[in-house]
Amino acid sequence: MSVNAPGRAKIDAKTLRTDAWWLQPAITAAVLLSFIVYATWRAFEDKFYFVNELNPGGKVDLISPFYSPCLASHCVSGSSMLGQPIGSWWTLSPALLILVFPLGFRFTCYYYRKAYFRSFWLSPPACAVAEPHTKYTGETRFPLLVNNLHRYFFYIGLVFNALLTIDAFIAFRGVQGGFHMSVGTVVLLLNATFLWLYSLSCHSCRHAMGGRLNHFSKHPVRYRMWTWISRLNTHHPKFAWISLIGVALADYYVRCISAGTFTDILFF
Amino acid sequence: MGYTSKFRVWRGDDTDGGLVDFEVEVNEGEVVLDIVHRLQATEAPDLAVRWNCKAGKCGSCSAEVNGRPRLMCMTRMSTFSQDEVVTVTPLRAFPVIKDLVTDVSFNYQKAREIPSFAPPVGVEPGDYRMQQVDVQRSQEFRKCIECFLCQNTCHVIRDHEENKEAFAGPRYFIRLAELDMHPLDVKDRRRGAQEEHGLGMCNITKCCTDVCPEHIHITDNAIIPMKERVADVKYDPLKRILLKITSRDD
Ligand code: SF4
Ligand code: SF4
Ligand code: FES
Ligand code: FES
Repeated sequence: MSVNAPGRAKIDAKTLRTDAWWLQPAITAAVLLSFIVYATWRAFEDKFYFVNELNPGGKVDLISPFYSPCLASHCVSGSSMLGQPIGSWWTLSPALLILVFPLGFRFTCYYYRKAYFRSFWLSPPACAVAEPHTKYTGETRFPLLVNNLHRYFFYIGLVFNALLTIDAFIAFRGVQGGFHMSVGTVVLLLNATFLWLYSLSCHSCRHAMGGRLNHFSKHPVRYRMWTWISRLNTHHPKFAWISLIGVALADYYVRCISAGTFTDILFF
Repeated sequence: MGYTSKFRVWRGDDTDGGLVDFEVEVNEGEVVLDIVHRLQATEAPDLAVRWNCKAGKCGSCSAEVNGRPRLMCMTRMSTFSQDEVVTVTPLRAFPVIKDLVTDVSFNYQKAREIPSFAPPVGVEPGDYRMQQVDVQRSQEFRKCIECFLCQNTCHVIRDHEENKEAFAGPRYFIRLAELDMHPLDVKDRRRGAQEEHGLGMCNITKCCTDVCPEHIHITDNAIIPMKERVADVKYDPLKRILLKITSRDD
């Protein structure tokens, strides 16, 4: 049934909105699609994800966030911070082993849910604009029921954030040793920072920090943390976009250095 | 500095109806409700419209202006350009009675389905004591003026009449959140929210928040926290086990 159910005011138009209500979902869809296309290409590319002394343009060790941790046996030597526990039977790109976690984190994120339900699934495309579906059950059944497991992806996401932060710190050690700083180090550090802001502003984080309590007065410390996370939480959509674009740019930077497109710029 | 505006108002009842064109005078500082009243006073004396306070506080004058759910008394004519056609229709998610007046009894039905405030046994009204930090979250939801704009905009029922039975709607999700977070409410409302009031049908697309004239953060502060609380009892086996092992209650 639709917005024209019997008994309601008889109006044929699906919406009477006169503004450009389609613009927001169109932009969202375009950005998300570009990211998906880029990430898929890079995940399958299986090269140019690591920079070390073998790269003529490399000044510091850099690893692409799409490929860290690199767990398969054929990972470029030096790129496997956690060793190579997967072994040699895995012959596809090592990115495919890990991408499901950050992907799952974003797919189940409360903000991205709004984004894709509006822009891809058009339910609804915009407020007070009729959706095209004849039936709707929301998140009550599989597979969308899985969105209720968001907190697990959040916990795993924290592990990834920690690893990517370590990657950034490792980068400060130059390919010849010592302490150095280059554009690449800054790129990885910014990427890790954006990811932390995205994760810490997560609604599941807000809930775990104190949202689930009914008596803040009995838990002053958690109340403090909840207040703090709540403040970040209002910016969650912004962090979601910044960190998404950030991670793609960080990967692209590493790719360019690794492929020799240009040289990393060393500050000291 | 008045001007003549092109107005289109939906007129009809539950059997038939359509948009009717008017040309009507608009003066500086006026809101859409003023213009509707001018139509009543001039060309359309039998035009039905519901209103009370003209101050955005009674929640009676909800309608859709240029397709956007709004309070007519809070929608300034200055937000439209002078040559723009302004279209006013009744709320489109509820049965229409006449012209701009709809039957919102669905909402009262849903209100009755929410179990009321349940203080601890032995605590009488008048003896309620609580700290401000503990009730502050619930207080945000008490700002609701029951305009039902959120209920009207929510696509779950706006686009799917058949979901009305299973879905309480955003206005009642804030009620559930208000009670579940209340320091003196002892009833557990988490399972009920999902199993009886249809919280799972909400896909957090946030239109309720967008239209709320009281700027209540319906999605961020009520629906999502309630979804997380539901997950605590229904979708988080690890947490259940952990609480068992540490013999802690949540
Ligand atoms: S966020 Fe949920 S309750 Fe609010 S309008 Fe959207 S689907 Fe309805
Ligand atoms: S929550 Fe906001 S939009 Fe919904 S009925 Fe209350 S005041 Fe109106
Ligand atoms: S990451 Fe967006 S809500 Fe958790
Ligand atoms: S008349 Fe009371 S809210 Fe508009």
